[in-house]
Amino acid sequence: MWEHFAHQADIGIRATAASLSSAFADAAVALTAIVTEPKKVEPLECVKIECDAEDEELLFVNWLNSIIYEMAVGKMLFSKFGVKIDPAPSDNSNLNIRRCGVENLKLFATIWGEKIDQTKHSPAVEPKAVTYNQLSVKEENGKWTVQCVIDV
Amino acid sequence: MAKPQLKQVSEYCWQIEPFGRMRVPGVIFADNILINDMDEKTLTQVCNVAALPGIVKASFAMPDAHMGYGFPIGGVAAFDPENGGVISGGGIGFDIACGVRTFHTGLSEEEIISVKEKLAESLFRDIPAGVGSTGNITLNTVQLDNMLAGGAAWAVEKGFGTKEDLDFIEEGGCAKGANPSKVSAQAKKRQQEQMGTLGSGNHYLEVQKVIDIYDTQIAEGFGLKKGDCLVSVHCGSRGLGHQIGTDYLKQMASQAASYGIDLPDRELASVPVNSPLGQDYLGAMRSGINCALANRQILTELVRRVFAKIFSTAQLNMLYDVSHNTAKMEEHKVDGKTKQLLIHRKGATRSFGPGSADLPPRYKSFGQPVLIGGSMGTSSYILAGTSESEALAFSSACHGAGRSMSRTAATKKWQGSQIVKELAERRIIIKSRSMRGLAEEAPDAYKNVSAVVEATANAGLAKKVAKLLPMICVKG
Repeated sequence: MWEHFAHQADIGIRATAASLSSAFADAAVALTAIVTEPKKVEPLECVKIECDAEDEELLFVNWLNSIIYEMAVGKMLFSKFGVKIDPAPSDNSNLNIRRCGVENLKLFATIWGEKIDQTKHSPAVEPKAVTYNQLSVKEENGKWTVQCVIDV
Repeated sequence: MAKPQLKQVSEYCWQIEPFGRMRVPGVIFADNILINDMDEKTLTQVCNVAALPGIVKASFAMPDAHMGYGFPIGGVAAFDPENGGVISGGGIGFDIACGVRTFHTGLSEEEIISVKEKLAESLFRDIPAGVGSTGNITLNTVQLDNMLAGGAAWAVEKGFGTKEDLDFIEEGGCAKGANPSKVSAQAKKRQQEQMGTLGSGNHYLEVQKVIDIYDTQIAEGFGLKKGDCLVSVHCGSRGLGHQIGTDYLKQMASQAASYGIDLPDRELASVPVNSPLGQDYLGAMRSGINCALANRQILTELVRRVFAKIFSTAQLNMLYDVSHNTAKMEEHKVDGKTKQLLIHRKGATRSFGPGSADLPPRYKSFGQPVLIGGSMGTSSYILAGTSESEALAFSSACHGAGRSMSRTAATKKWQGSQIVKELAERRIIIKSRSMRGLAEEAPDAYKNVSAVVEATANAGLAKKVAKLLPMICVKG
């Protein structure tokens, strides 16, 4: 489940899901929705993404920035996202271990989409970068909510 | 942080006295209405900037200020490198050297009107714009590095425009001290096919007519008279700048603490100017400036080619090119002493007064042209830098209208097709590949540009010279 939220100059994206990896995947759909309706984007080609970071918030930023990079370089739009986060944050003890700097969080993903077609997709605006503005990754009652503002 | 308390110091100037971690006051230029419309988050951002090490005099906000990331958009701040002053990627933004370039056409309104639709179609077809568009120029790694070091001067060497154009660009069309080796391979890859593209969002190309002259003498100096037709281009450093911003924000955020910089907001990530990372970013950011200058230079040539096909008499001579997302080393007087300061302007225009060494001889006695882009379908303005602007805000002025409504709210309120129709009724042709993009950029989603310009002029930051109205607008 994802939504856009208002920022005076740009666009906020927010997603909620039962797992962190699903929330990341849903947020990526919200990123595409800044540009066009995700349902208009057919999953014809795939790209692999790998990134890591010391915490969930920075991993979220790196994940979205990796997608923005692939969109720009490949002139692509993406609509289907398979995300795996290692180690999966299944309980709080796990989170604490990582925050002590024992290990970096790693993300492996395969993302599907197609080349931008200005007629088919009528792209509205191009995401330039992920900002740290209103950035948060939270877990509450087994639900993960991730959000940030995208500079467009 | 407590709520910032505003104190009016003059009709067009407000101050926030230092409190909490602020090292200097916050100074906001605005009229009564604009200041009331500025939300608390914008003012908090002004205060957060005032807390950065080495800041000189004040954290300034121009009349078009609104909420940004870290710095407010419309924010100006000077840092003294010799006194621990910092450089902040957030004080420049992701779209490094985004700016406005305006040139004359030598054509009258009647000449344009007679072929308006054809001209609009040709510009829309020949100027790459919108998401996913590519230019006709693909650069290899060596060529890219040369472009990043040379800026608009590189583009002229490659046949885009003339040497005379360079006189009418800040710093002669090339930011000195650019270091392309400090720009990541990813940033370069993002730029490979993006030279000579307009981009998207609030970027545009407009054919405009001069509808009002406020200062005849300066207007004459800038070569402007009522009824003249001009072309303005608003765009920046494209994918390269965005990636430089992303790369260095990450590094600065992780290194700030090692320099004892306690960030009030992660987006304010900064390091001392005179640190290795600070110098690396300066070299990369200046490469970004050169990319934007080269890009606008190529676009100028593309526009000239379109005009040449339609008009035999068109003379597209430069008026000026000014960037509004930059940090530049400049000499300024502080308490009677001349200092080299790093001036961050995030959504703010430099506005050097008459006599400035950086001005081309033709403009020397008039001050620097300050190009203010309106929102789609509204007026743009040409102002001139004043001598008093230096003492007021390190020679800075506003940059545009500034958003007043979010994109999400704008798309709920308006439809693109309705905007096209309304503008057509006012004889403005609008060309865009996205109706939703048009709704997001609806004229009323922005502050009133005329009010912003009045406040800027009344505060003494710049002088009003001419008002322009769009005839054709190609949206990015």
